[in-house]
Amino acid sequence: MAISRSDVERVAHLARLDLDDAQLEALTPQIAGIVAYVDSLAAVDTAGVEPMAHAVELYNVLRADEVRAGLSHEAALANAPRKDAVGFKVPAVLEG
Amino acid sequence: MADLTRFTAAEQRRLLDAGEVSSVELTQAHLDRITAIDAKVGAFLHVSSDRALQQAAAADERRAAGKPLGPLDGVPVAVKDVLCDEGELVTCASRMLEHFRAPYDSTVVAKLKAAGAVLVGRTNMDEFAMGGSTENSAFKKTHNPWDLTRSPGGSSGGSAAAVAACEAPLAIGTDTGGSIRQPAALCGIVGMKPTYGRVSRYGLVAFASSLDQVGPFARTVEDTALLYDAIAGHCDRDSTSANMEAKPTAPTIDEPLKGLRVGVVPEHYADGLDAEVKAAVDASVDRYKELGAEIVEVHLPNAKHGVATYYVIAPSEASSNLARYDGVHYGHRTDETAMHAELAAERKAATDAGDKAALKKIDSALVRLYRKSRSEGFGPEVQRRIMLGVYALSEGYADAYYLKGLQVRRLIRQDYDRAFEKVDVILGPTTPAPAFKLGELVDDPLSMYLLDLYTVAANLAGLPAISLPCGMSKSGLPIGMQLMAPPLEEERLLRAARMHEAAFGMAPLAKI
Repeated sequence: MAISRSDVERVAHLARLDLDDAQLEALTPQIAGIVAYVDSLAAVDTAGVEPMAHAVELYNVLRADEVRAGLSHEAALANAPRKDAVGFKVPAVLEG
Repeated sequence: MADLTRFTAAEQRRLLDAGEVSSVELTQAHLDRITAIDAKVGAFLHVSSDRALQQAAAADERRAAGKPLGPLDGVPVAVKDVLCDEGELVTCASRMLEHFRAPYDSTVVAKLKAAGAVLVGRTNMDEFAMGGSTENSAFKKTHNPWDLTRSPGGSSGGSAAAVAACEAPLAIGTDTGGSIRQPAALCGIVGMKPTYGRVSRYGLVAFASSLDQVGPFARTVEDTALLYDAIAGHCDRDSTSANMEAKPTAPTIDEPLKGLRVGVVPEHYADGLDAEVKAAVDASVDRYKELGAEIVEVHLPNAKHGVATYYVIAPSEASSNLARYDGVHYGHRTDETAMHAELAAERKAATDAGDKAALKKIDSALVRLYRKSRSEGFGPEVQRRIMLGVYALSEGYADAYYLKGLQVRRLIRQDYDRAFEKVDVILGPTTPAPAFKLGELVDDPLSMYLLDLYTVAANLAGLPAISLPCGMSKSGLPIGMQLMAPPLEEERLLRAARMHEAAFGMAPLAKI
């Protein structure tokens, strides 16, 4: 799959990254090279092979439904760049 | 007494128990060593001198009072800056987390504290553990103690360099595609990636969740076992934790394995393997033969797809894990005043030009906050991996890349399952070549990724694997060999490694 600069721009948008011209220039051939390398997987016969998402086959891991102490409200907010007494602050989501 | 930093962790523990040295003296000796040489090595991001001395004093008090002691009581340990330690900075070597203080202890740090370890400091790494050279740290470069112009490897390069330079006898690293074993090999020490799920990932800042595993660095196999025993075991806060007992490995470490079958893999000797590395690994094969082991050829036909598979799966998981860094809950947040001014100017320009399409394309303030915060906070390699992952998971490509990667992952695992029907361990090189020069590969991501050729498969298949010294190059650089074992067979792996170490001798110490 050949990767173009506009593909990289589209992916940057999806990834919520801002790339300037110089970054796009540098990144496009790098991503294209890596994707071309990864394309070698297309030649592997995987017909009927069950995908393996995890090295350990896990089923439901359950524990007793008991209340446990967790992070305090204060501790959960401690690293927030902007906050008030109740929560995280973000720019207005609904704009006039 | 001789330089205390030269003793192994097991020897330090014996000196403490015999009352020949106090933990405060021992800790101070390591802190002094860090002060003397770390400006050159750059292994540490933060050194917690005051807290380390307090922990050491507490260990001395426990000993003096005859209280029960932990297995590492009073012994210094360095921890990669990716594991939460309550109240301490956890930066992952990223501007994104430059000011982040952990709100709780990771299970591994809690276990180290319970074992009585003295936590001397936080070691440098590739940003968010992405890289193989520790050059992707946002803060500093780490230098290989054997040759300061060379890389210590990565991503746990700081932990490996700290142990190789005797700044700590033990260190914790994490290994997603080889990030413990590769730097151990390049720094001439021992490093082990346990079976996936053997060590809790609770409180570990996630990179690729199905591959990440925490593990020990040390100068000897015995020390590796001591540190592994302290951190292994089931954790009910990690749903991927292996729910079975982790039997201590240290007590049996010196018992050789009778009738050991060592697998060698022709596929390991493909193009690109350095001649000196090959010769050193071949010599290790002969050493096992002399020790009475049976050498059996096994085939791993899908091994050559390991790096490609890894660079689909790991970035995909990373792009998902790193979506949480958006400038809202924690981490770097862009300057909002400047951002609002920028948005207002863009809107005004589009309005003045009467360009409705352009006006519509301008971000909302929240999306712009995400984009600017992420772009300012993440370094180039992290952005590259996020981009790769988002691409591999994007509509129209997910089947061709992500799903395909997961299928090849199973083929790789099946190769190992078949091989381990015939052999007990598999032996091969850890890295294709000894340590490379700093800066040599930094602009060539694909070449850097290929350094993981021999290590990624253990992560994809979830196997335990260890790297240990097996020789020196003519230019005086360490060479490492890798042993792999079936899942949960850490005891076998460590005993097999110890057999080699006993025959080969302990690796020399870097002269720094």
